[in-house]
This record gives sequence, structure tokens and C-alpha cells, in this order.
Amino acid sequence: MDNTADYRTLEKRAQRKDAFIKAGTYGILLVWAVMVLFPFYWMVLTSLKSYGTYNSEYVPALFTLSPTLENYRDAFTAVPLGRYLLNTAVFTVCTTATMVVVVTLAAFAFARLEFRGRDGVFVGFLSLMMIPNELVVVTNFVTVTELNMRNTFQGLILPSVMSVFYIYLLKENFEQIPDSLYKAAKVDGTSDLKYLIKVMIPISKPTLVTITILKIIECWNSYVWPRLITDDQAYYLVSNGIQEIRENGFGRENIPAMMAAVVVISAPLIVLFLAFRRKIMDGVSRGGIKG
Amino acid sequence: MNGKKWNSAGLKGWLYLLPAMVFLGGFMVYPLIDVFVYSFEEGYHSASQTYFGIGLYNYSYILHDPYFLQAVKNTFLLVVITVPLSTGIALVISVGLNSIRAFRDLFQTLYFLPYVTNTLAVGLVFMILFQKTAYTDGFINLIITWFGGESVDFIGGPYWAKMFVLCFYTIWVVMPFKILILTSALASVNQDYYKAARIDGTSKWRIFTRITLPMISPMVYYLIITGFIGAFKAYSDVVALFGTDLNAAGMNTIVGYVYDMLYGNSGGYPSYASAAAIILFMIVLTITCLNLLSSGKHVYH
Repeated sequence: MDNTADYRTLEKRAQRKDAFIKAGTYGILLVWAVMVLFPFYWMVLTSLKSYGTYNSEYVPALFTLSPTLENYRDAFTAVPLGRYLLNTAVFTVCTTATMVVVVTLAAFAFARLEFRGRDGVFVGFLSLMMIPNELVVVTNFVTVTELNMRNTFQGLILPSVMSVFYIYLLKENFEQIPDSLYKAAKVDGTSDLKYLIKVMIPISKPTLVTITILKIIECWNSYVWPRLITDDQAYYLVSNGIQEIRENGFGRENIPAMMAAVVVISAPLIVLFLAFRRKIMDGVSRGGIKG
Repeated sequence: MNGKKWNSAGLKGWLYLLPAMVFLGGFMVYPLIDVFVYSFEEGYHSASQTYFGIGLYNYSYILHDPYFLQAVKNTFLLVVITVPLSTGIALVISVGLNSIRAFRDLFQTLYFLPYVTNTLAVGLVFMILFQKTAYTDGFINLIITWFGGESVDFIGGPYWAKMFVLCFYTIWVVMPFKILILTSALASVNQDYYKAARIDGTSKWRIFTRITLPMISPMVYYLIITGFIGAFKAYSDVVALFGTDLNAAGMNTIVGYVYDMLYGNSGGYPSYASAAAIILFMIVLTITCLNLLSSGKHVYH
């Protein structure tokens, strides 16, 4: 009898301890979730407050009962936010498309074609992954300036195209496609290019999609290179645009309108993320590093 | 195999590689060589493209420049504070995430959000949260005064306050990557080890330090190295908080110094920029090597 009672209290105590740990775990997770979400809440909230309301709040209000969309109108009319978005879209599409073509061709050469010096070149490519962008930006800046490509899309796009890591990722993927398929295609007289387009690209579509999305995120957020190479507002990307808005902005310190611009700039990527959540997280865990 | 056929196949391989090699050659290999050349050319003038001589003057100039020394100090502080803190917090959160079932997916998605946001844009939100102006104390100061503290301007105020926001924002930005890597590392630990330990009646803490931590140690080291490299290259989050004139704010970083030397009001000195970039590269390289050497002793493979 005594033994069973003892066992029961022990079990109860263990259960209580487990419940305690569980509550603590959820507590910590919740705190971090709030820390992550709060800035997003704050930017949306501030963007919905009118200029007058915001500036009369010495103690900022945690919610608003009279939301207004006037800041969003200001963000598009008082500063060329639409222009910044369009520039970024052009830059992102061109850079990503060029990157995908170049990377696919290179990965195919490394994975399927045989030629002297292939492995040596591949090692050379891999070693370039260790070179930080900061080291090459000085010369690229001088090069682009000397080619008179400042304030042009070519100047923005060309140095941003390459990502060696994606060649590596795609090559690994291509190599998993069985050799027998390639040999069969060769017997049928299919050309290499046709084989690449008709067989390898469709099979490797998931990896290609991941690469594309990661590059889109990188392009959408790029700041340093565009800042160096553009000083004409007509070629600003969103990151530079937001910095411009912050420093010279709406003629006065209009924080609600600034936050409206921030919401507009952040929204596309958040939508993209929610749509391709698994793919993005998968791709990043395979080796993406915030650039 | 006849020689002709081999030749055409070889040529084709190079043809497929050509675009990648043109881009890499033009914008990575050539600049890589050139940056060293620049860094040794003394008194280089970008308009006339002339220089006086070859030597170490550029290095000695920036090593005596108070702005550069301030940038080095800021960068080192940022690295030393944020890398251990962010890795530690990420470890706690990942272990927590790994131990729950309900809402796990939701939490994971939420935690990843900062990764896909524009650093410059969200930095502005942090700025208004922490800033104290004539019109408002700001949200963070509201909380500080609730707890009976003294309000302080984190954006234009004392050095420690500015450093605090910068570290806070940096940690916020790097966290998604770390949590993602650690949760997938934790999920891939062989469950048999845990079962065996539970049968033996091993305590949870002991399981964590003796099984979990050694099993994920390669990933922790990977995060520490990438964390070091990332924090040494801090720039755009600093600009987001303090604006483009970082020297005036006293918050410049090494990368910021490179760009300031290159372009803008204080720009036009590619030689100084090159020398600073190379010093940065050497620091990062040294730390990576030291890390790799020490990881050989501690990491369980």
C-alpha cells in the first residue's frame, strides 16, 4: 500500500514538474513571438494614425480608433515611392532572370559535360564563395564609374548577377539525375541543350524555384551597391528610397507617412514568404546567409 | 575516341561556362586582384588616375585615422556582444520549439519573418520605437518610465544607449537564420539516443548537455563562424538606425568606413577604402581560421 501511494505522489510531482516546464517553454516562445511581431504591429499602427494625432501623442497610444489611409496617399504622391517600387521590380526581375540562366548553364557544364580542367575550375569557383563582397566593391565601383554606367540599370544589375553558391546547389541537384537518362537521350540524338531544357530543368524545378526566390529576396533588400552607384532619384531602389525619405522625406518629419512607405516596401516580401514558406526556409537552411 | 570529337565536347563545356566566367572574372576575380593593387598605390587620384608610388602609406593612414579606430571599436563591441548572445538565445528558443507540438509551425513561421524584411525599412521602425524627440519619449522609454527608470534617447543620446539599440536590432535581424539552423539540427538528432537515456533515467539537463549539445555542436560552431563574419560586416542595419552620416553619430563600422572612403561627402579615396577592406578581410579570415582550429578540439563529429 505504502509503496503505491509513494509512487503516486512521485508521479504527480513529476507531472506537475512537466506541466511547469511546458508552461515555461510556451512563455519563452510567446515572449520572442511578441518581440518579433511588435515592430510589425507598430509600423502598421503608426501608418494608420493621422499626422496630427501622431504628433499630439506625447505618450504613444497602443492602438488607434480612427485609422486613416491618408499616409498611404502621401507616401505615393509626396515622394516617388511608386518609382522606387518600379525600379526595384525591374532590377529584381532582370538580375534574377540573368542569374538563373547563367547559373543553370554553368551547373549543367559542371554536372554533365566532360572537359579538361573542369574540376579545377569548379574548385576555383567554390573558393570564390569565401570572398566577401566588401573586398570587390571598391574596384567594381571604379569600373562602373569609368564605364559611365552610374545611374543606369546595367550598372546596377551586372555586378549583382552572380551567386556562386547557387551553381553549387544546382550542380548537386543535377548530379542526382541518373546517368542512364542522359545516355538514352544521347542515343536518341538529343542535343545537350535540348536535354537540359527538356529533362534536367523540369526535374530540378524545386531547386530552381528555391534559388529564384532567395535571389528575389536578396535583390529586393539590396542597399549597398545601389547606394554607391545611384545618386539620381530616378534610379533609386526601395532601400535607398526609404533612406532618402528618412533624410529629406516629406519636407517635414512625417513619421506616419514614413511608416506607410515602410509597410508598402515590406509587404511584397512578406506575401512572397507566406506563399513559399517551406521552400524559402528549406533553401535558407541549405546554406543561405543573409547578405 | 578520336581527338576531334573530344575537342568539340571540351569546347562545348567551356561554352556553357562562359557566361558565368565572364561575370565572375569581371566582377570578382579582377576586382579581387585590383583591390590589393589599389591598397598599395600611394596618393592615388581617381580623376587623373595617377599615383606617387608604391608602399604601405594607405594602411598607415587609416590605422591612424580616429574615425577608423572608432569604427574598429564599434565593430568589435558589436561582434563580442551579439554573437554569443544571439547564439545562446537562439539555442534556448530552438530547444523550446523542439519540445512542443502545438503551435510549433506557427511559431516557426513567425520567427522567420525578420529574415524576409528589408533591413533598412524595419530599422526605421526600431528607430521610432527607441527615439526620444521633443514631441514624444517613444515607446521604449514609455516602458522604462513605467518601471521607474529614466528615459534616454537611444538614437541620438549616449554611446552605450546607441550601442544597445544597435545590438538589439542586430540580434533581432540574425535570429531567424540561427533558429532555423538549430531547429533543423535538433530535429535530426537520432531519437534512439533519447530513448536509451530515458530508460536509464537520465535527467533532462544531463540529456541536454551530454547528448543534445554534442550532437548539434557542429551546427553551433557553424553559426558562431557565420555570426562572426556577418557581424564584422555590419553596415546596413547601422545606417537604418543612425542615418548615412555614421562618423558624425560616432557609430561607424569597418564596412561603413570603406564605403565612406569610396563615396559620399568624405569619399573619393579608393586606396584608403581598399586598405580598410583588406584589413577587414584579414580580421575575418584570422577569426575563421582560429575558430576552425579550436573547433577541431571541441566539436563532436
